This record gives sequence, C-alpha cells and structure tokens, in this order.
Amino acid sequence: MIPASFDYAVAESVEHAIQLLGSSGDAKLIAGGHSLLPLMKLRLATPSLLVDVGRVSGLAGVTDAGDRLAVGALTRHHAVQHDPLLREHCPILADTAGKVGDPQVRHRGTIGGSVAHGDPASDLPTVLLALDADMVVQGPGGSRTVPARDFFTGFLETALAPDEVLTEIRVPKTSDAWCYLKFQRRAQDWAMVGVAALVARSNGGVGSARIAFTNMGATPVRASAAEAAMAGASGDGIRAAAERAPEGTDPPSDTNASADFRRHLAQVLTRRAVEQALAR
Amino acid sequence: MATTETKGIIGQPLLRKEDPELLTGRGRYTEDISLPGMVWVHVVRSPYAHARIRGVDTSKAAAMPGCIAAWSGADLASDWAGPLVCAWPVTDDIKMSTHWPVAQDKARHVGDAVAVVVAESRALAKDAAEMVAVDYEPLPAVTDVKEALKDGAPLVHDDWGTNLSCVWSCENNSPAPRRAASAPYFEDPGLVKVKGEYFLGRLIANAIEPRAGVADVNPAQGEFTLYSTTQIPHVLRTTMVLTCGIPEAKLRIVAPEVGGGFGSKLDSYAEEAILLAVAKRLGRPVKWVNERSDDYVSTVQGREMYQEIELAATRDGVLKAVRAKVLANMGAYYQLVSPGIPMLGAWLYAGAYDPEAYDFEYWNVFTHTTPTDAYRGAGRPEATYAIERTMDTLARELGMDPLELRRKNFISKDNFPNYTIVSGLTVDSGDYDATLDACLEMLDYDAVRAEQRRRRDEGSTKVTGVGFSTYIEMCGLAPSRVLAALKYVAGGWDSATVEMMPTGTVRCLIGVSPHGQGHVTTFSQMVADHLGVEYEDVEVLHGDTQVVPLGMDTYGSRSLAVGGIAAWHACEKIIAKARTVVAHQLECAEEDLDFAGGTFTVKGTDRTMGIKEVAFAAWSAHNIPDGMEPGLAGTHLYDPPNFSWPGGAHACVVEVDTETGAIDVQRYVAADDVGVVINPLVVDGQVHGGIAQGMAEALWEEGVFDEDGNLLTGNMMSYLVPSAAEVPSFDVARVEVPSPTNPLGVKGVGETGTIASPAAVLNAVVDALSHLGVKDVRRPAHPERVMTAIWEAQR
Repeated sequence: MIPASFDYAVAESVEHAIQLLGSSGDAKLIAGGHSLLPLMKLRLATPSLLVDVGRVSGLAGVTDAGDRLAVGALTRHHAVQHDPLLREHCPILADTAGKVGDPQVRHRGTIGGSVAHGDPASDLPTVLLALDADMVVQGPGGSRTVPARDFFTGFLETALAPDEVLTEIRVPKTSDAWCYLKFQRRAQDWAMVGVAALVARSNGGVGSARIAFTNMGATPVRASAAEAAMAGASGDGIRAAAERAPEGTDPPSDTNASADFRRHLAQVLTRRAVEQALAR
Repeated sequence: MATTETKGIIGQPLLRKEDPELLTGRGRYTEDISLPGMVWVHVVRSPYAHARIRGVDTSKAAAMPGCIAAWSGADLASDWAGPLVCAWPVTDDIKMSTHWPVAQDKARHVGDAVAVVVAESRALAKDAAEMVAVDYEPLPAVTDVKEALKDGAPLVHDDWGTNLSCVWSCENNSPAPRRAASAPYFEDPGLVKVKGEYFLGRLIANAIEPRAGVADVNPAQGEFTLYSTTQIPHVLRTTMVLTCGIPEAKLRIVAPEVGGGFGSKLDSYAEEAILLAVAKRLGRPVKWVNERSDDYVSTVQGREMYQEIELAATRDGVLKAVRAKVLANMGAYYQLVSPGIPMLGAWLYAGAYDPEAYDFEYWNVFTHTTPTDAYRGAGRPEATYAIERTMDTLARELGMDPLELRRKNFISKDNFPNYTIVSGLTVDSGDYDATLDACLEMLDYDAVRAEQRRRRDEGSTKVTGVGFSTYIEMCGLAPSRVLAALKYVAGGWDSATVEMMPTGTVRCLIGVSPHGQGHVTTFSQMVADHLGVEYEDVEVLHGDTQVVPLGMDTYGSRSLAVGGIAAWHACEKIIAKARTVVAHQLECAEEDLDFAGGTFTVKGTDRTMGIKEVAFAAWSAHNIPDGMEPGLAGTHLYDPPNFSWPGGAHACVVEVDTETGAIDVQRYVAADDVGVVINPLVVDGQVHGGIAQGMAEALWEEGVFDEDGNLLTGNMMSYLVPSAAEVPSFDVARVEVPSPTNPLGVKGVGETGTIASPAAVLNAVVDALSHLGVKDVRRPAHPERVMTAIWEAQR
C-alpha cells in the first residue's frame, strides 16, 4: 500500500524526459501509472525517481501516416477504443483497447505504458505483435524504430534502454478479418489466455492468418505453427490448424490454470477467433 | 402534543438511515480517527510458514528516521497477562494452542507477528520495519489437513506431539441426543447408499475495510480506549482484559463505522493487544492500519475442510440415515471461536429432511497456515453444501427428479411448532414445501428443462443446467444454556435500553454491533412501531462499551432475533410504566387504558395522553405516583429460549461452455423464510449480498497455499472476488412463517445467502454436465476443473 520513498520529476518534453532518465540509475517513466504504481505499492518496484511524462504535449492522439497510423504513446485506452481512424483502418486495436481492465483503467492507462511495461498478460502488446506494428523509440542519440517482434524481450522486459522513451506506435492499415478473444474469469481480469487473429480471406476460408497470444509465455508470442497450418484452410481444416496453436509457446501455471490447460484454451480460442473473424 | 399514527411501519421498505452518510464518504471509520500526539505501529510479519526465531535485531530499525521504538516478541513477553483468548474449548480433551500476540519462539504461519515498530508516521513505521533483522531458522511446514495427520508430519505445536487437536461427535459430545445411530442402516443391503466427498477451499473475507485500530491512554488514570474495526466491542473488552491485564472498568472499546466483517472481525486479535500494550508503554495514542496484503495473511480465514457424507435411502426415495465426517483446517492457532465453527453445522447435515438415524463428527487439525474462524454462515454453509450436493447424487442414483426426492423427505410442516429433528435439536417452525413452491413460481422449471434438452439434442457446446438447494439453518446464536452445554465460554443473551427523552424523542442503546447490516434503520422501525413515535425520532446508539455497557455483539444472524427482542421487551417496560403514569394523571385504572399509535385512551372516552407527554411528565416527575422512579426508560437482557430457524429454496441456472469450462450464471432465484420481515429492503440486501458471496465461493474464491505455506492468492488479482459483472440480477421472494419463539416472530437473515447458494450453483453445474457422465466438480468450479471433470467422465 505504501511505496518506498522516491523522487518525482515532471518532464517538459521528450528530450527532458530522456535527460531525467539518464540522471538516475533506476528512474522509471510514469504516464497513466496503472501498471507501475501497483508494483510500487507492493514494493516489488522501488525506483528512486519517477519521471512523469503525462504532461508532455504531442504524444497523445492518432494520425494518418499513409499506409500506417501513428498512435502517440500517451493515447489513453479509452481514446484508442473510440478513435475514428483506428476504428476504420485498424479495428482490432480499437476493439481490444475496450477490453483492457475496467473503465477507470481505460481512462488513465496509456497504450505506450502498456507496451513499455512488457507484461505478457496484457492485451494490446499481443494485438500489436499480430499487426506487425513498429515501436518508435527516442533516446539520447535520436530515434529508432523497433518492430514488435523484436520489442518484447522477456517477462516485463523490452528492447527499451533505461534512458529511452517510447514515443509512438505505428500500426498498418488493414482490411483483414479480425478477432481478439480474451478468456478471463472475471470481467476486469487480465487474460488467462488471449488470442489475436488477423485473417486474409480467400474463397470463404483463410488465405493467410496472423495469430498472436496473450499470456502464453514470458512475452506475447506469435503462433507460427498455427499460422502456417491455417494458410488456405477452411471448415474442419481450421479446427485441425488450431490444434497446432500451442507449438512454440511456454505458458505459465498459476492458480487460474495449469500450463497444459492454457495450451488447451489456446487451441479452442484460436479456432474460435479465426472462425469469428471470418464470420464478421 | 400531537401524536402520529405510525402503526404499520414494520414491513415497510424504508430507506436506510445509515446510507446518506456512508454513501457520501462522511462515515467515520477507525482509519479516520486521529488523536493529538498519536504515533504509528507497524507489525513485522513472518515470511516463513514455520521457522524458529533465533534472534531479532531491532537496532537498525530503531535508528531509522522517525522511529520511536522497535520490539521483538521476547521484548514484549512480560506485557501480557495471558495469551490471546480462544473462548470455545469444544471437548474436555482438546489440545489448545498458546497464542501470544507477538511470536516468541517460533513463527507458525506466514503473517505471524514477530516484531513491532513504532514511528512518527505510517510510512516511516513501514520503512523502519523493513530494517528489523529477524534470524529465522526455516523449518518444514504442513498446510494440508490430511498431510498434517500423517506420522512424522511437521508439528505446529510441538508440545502436543500431534496436529490433531480434538474430535467432536454428536454421539459423544452433543448435548442433544440424536434420534438413532446410523451404522445399522449402512449395513442394510436393502437400502441404496450414496457417498459424497468434498473439499471446501479456504475463504478470505475481504471486508472492504481492512482491520485497523487506535489505542488511546490516560496514563494518570490508567484508562484505555481502543477504537477497533471489530464486530464485537463487548466481547473484545473482556478478552483484551484477559490478554493485557487492564482492569475491566478502565477499558473502553469503540467500534466506529465498520466496513464489513463477515466473521473476520469477530475475533480477539494480536494487533488489538499490541496497540494497548504499546499505548501503555509509551503513554501516548497509537494507531495501526493493516495493509490489504497483510490483511490477507493475518486476518482469520474461513471454511477449508474435507467432508465425507453418506446417505442411505429406500429404493423409492425415503431418506433413512445420514452420516458425515469432517476434517477441518484450523490453521496455526485457535482464534476466538475457531474450534466450534464446524460444530455450528453439526446438527444440519440432514438438512431440511427427516431421516431416522444420524451421525456427525469433526476433527480439528492444526497446520502452518493463517488461522481459520467464523466466515459468514460458519458451519451451516458447510453442512448445507454436503447434504444438498449429495441429495442430487441420490436423486441421480435413484433416477428421480431432485425436487421430487426433496419433497418426499422434507420435515413436514405438520410437525411444527417445535419439532425435534433427527440430530437432536428442536426446530421451532418452517414450511419447506411452501418455500420451494415460491421458488418454482419464479423459476419456470419446465422451461429450463426444455431448454436443457434442446441444447443437448442440438449438440451445442453451451449446455444448460439447473440446481437447487433447499436448506434449513439455525441462527440467532444462542440460548446461553445451550452454549454452556456446547462448552462455549460466554452466554448468548443480549441487551437493549430504550429511553424516552424529555422532548419525546427516543434513544435506543443496543448491545449488538452493526458493521453494515443496517441496525439503525431496523431498530428505529421496530421501536417507532412499538411506541407509536416517529421513525425519525428514534436514535439508535451502538458499538461503544461506554455508551452501551452490556452486549454480546453481532454475528450468527443474531442481532434481530436476540437484540431485537431485548429492545421489544424494553419497549414493553416503557409502555407498562407509562400506563401507570397515565392512569395516575387521568385518574383511571390501568386496565381502562388502551394504547395504540403512541396514545393512551381511557376506554369509552375521548380522554387521551400521548406517550411523548408521558415522557415529559415522567422526566419532570412533578406528578407521578408516590414511590415511582422518575424517567421513562426500560432495559432488558434477553436470553433466547431457542435458536431461530430460517429455511428456504434456492435455484440456479447456469450455462457451461463444454470446450472451455467457462460458466455463466444466468439466473438465480431464492425464496426464503426468515420469519417476520421488519424492513424488506434491508432483508433483500442481506439476501443479495449473501447469494453473491456464496456464489463466489462456488465459482471464484479460493485461498491457495503452496507446499511451503505461502499464500499464492495473496491479493485481489489472484483471489477472485467477483464484481457485479459476474453475477446475474437475483429474483427473491419470501414466505413468512413467524417464529413462535419470540414475540416479533422474527428469525435471522444475515447468512441465508451463503448457506444456500454454493450447493445450488454446483448442483446446476453438475446438472448441466450430467449427460456427459459428470458427477462432481470441485469447487470453486473454475474452467480447468470443469474441463477436467468432463475429460475424466469421458475417459
């Protein structure tokens, strides 16, 4: 309930935030605070400095960047959910943002915070991985772009260096059929297992599919075997392809479910996600 | 002076007097109390379930900024007049635990208090506490009851040489002899037998307000005041006197607004004693507020037990015998009433049915886990779960409809009043067919069964099930003589003082102590009705031993059926005295006075005197009979002659996903007989909350320890308290069968929901899957358990 003592600084700009991050060995960025503060209150995280980027201008909102949409890192889940550009060109991201946490969380939490936290049980990183999104990262030496595939490196670990700031997420415009299924025991819980499916239709079946999982390993993971098997599948073929969903995953066991049961859920949910995408 | 016709206020759904203050955040809770010069206590807790404490170094903590003192259990050992109190040694040979407020030699569960830090602020106290260095020697721990009973299991209390504390049985320990022994029935080859084996998981009460306390001291007078988040200020005064050695007249306990209890604040806690000891040492006020994570491991938990229940019945469905055995996990220490919790179900394992023979026994076992104690329903939900689940098993075995089997075996209403049931206690009233009828009126059973068939025929992966729980419970704890026979140390009476003030308002002091139930509303309604005064003119005071000296507090659905009857008698005393005053002033015989709607009338005349006028007259004492004491007040201590006996029928409809194991509760219908209802809104609230809490125990909530005794479900991310999104809207109805035991005809309602609902929900889940061969799903029925049951049935 009571965090260890820490210093607090308000960043005026991204550059200022980078400078503040570099001023302390264990500084952490804070935006909405909905991932970091609970850890601090449990004293599982004890940063000596919090750098608040919540008031940095220009980091919130969605803009059209040609074949891509640029989503500012400070865009709150509620805004992502209701953004007209996203709803038109990348509806899976908007829809999934509406499944994060509860209304309070969605009005405070930001997409950048969710991504930078690197929690494999979070929904949005999974969707971004399925979308082949790019993360735009700024550090003392300038900007770089990290593909989602390379961004999530471990449990609560990302490719961000300690003095780097995630500024933007670029997602492709897509006309693929889509579905995100979140299996949870209570409405406000993290996913026990989540599945994001983007399906290019072909003759009423699957042309190709991009599938990613929430909470099936230390990071969000692509279901590569199922994706390969899903290509060209229809009807019972979809069911057979979905059986391969757990290949390459390493799901956790906890009081909600064993790893084996998560593998089972991944199979059922993959089939349902693809079928529901096609039926949409 | 005007009088108002208020007769008929009983039974009206008046809005709760408590709510505007509570809903606008103006309620004064323990954490809101701040006293001049106050300092903060933080309790250092063991991270080990079982460890020898080789030493405690508090020097670094004491040197931290703002730290005032840091003490180990050994440092504080001489402060105690005795260990923490357990008031229920259930058998003559029970092995009791010695439970010091701060552990001295060993930590026996994760969360056991091992040191105390005092500092200028809450945060500084926590920071300093992190610097206390405890030299632990970790020892093997045992968390499971069956493991704890094995030879060579790690011992929780070394001196006893065993973890088995006691065995209590109806045969050997019940003061009310059962009708007949069950063994011959289970050897009768002509009878059908079924057996149910259930594991009831650990429950964590999660009152919205974590425990907290503030202790104030007047050093010159040696007087102490303890503000505490307690259900039981009066009982706590006595137990704290025994632990802390403060003279009873110099200890005042105040329970301010208390944000829920569910049994978890029905206790005499280490931290309460610690606060008094620290206030005494420092001569200044001290405060402590448990963090939620600490509350998870240091507040008593509920239930955890293994159950075996067997039924013997004729082929045509007449239940002949019931026998049950329970292994109950007591945790590391006996808290206030831990040993007797399973006993509160001891007479109810035959439910609302009327077999010929009965046996029940329970074993209390210590483990290296957080102590268990009362949890809403205490003993009765366990019994109801066992019999109601197994009645469904019997119905399947016999090929009978579960409702037909129940109706065939209900205790007939023709037996009442006062029928001695098979287990030996006497039930005062009930009508189990009528409550089931009322339940079915809301449900449309045939339509649910048709939908079930339709989905099965279609081969749908979303199947439907319906389950019932037709229950009986004993509440209104309890007649003092019965408690004596059960070896409970205290009595079961309660007190009320009703006083008419000079201006005609009424002050009602009650010995029961609310923590969310709405006593102020309910008692106002009763007293206003009885005395014929305005509802708004009644003030109800409670929860402060200096304001209400006598009481036994609130638990076991007793407040109305015991405390309410005390208030009824107190009102009767006022009316009797007022009658004498009126007869004196109006110069008539007392028998010539009618009293109605707050007004005395001389029969056959228009001469009247209102009770408010009488109150003023009795207070001024200008013109009252010779020798009469001034004032218009009545105090009554009421000891109930029997328990109160609610009953009812609950039904649950679920949809189960046979591919994922997900359960969606689609309907929940409850028809209860809780006797005469004072305020239907308050009663609905109790029923709704109870159903939700019981449903949580059936589907989501379970405290899980790993082998080393760590609580894996140590917060609300992993211990799944449901929200409004998880439960359906409830349909409730009532059948009022007035209790003949008390003049108001009331029973109790605080626990009916948790008593009835877990069995209804699990029966619905199993019913949904019965066509797949599933006979049981372990509760809470989370998706993996559901799927495992399906897979095992199909193997």
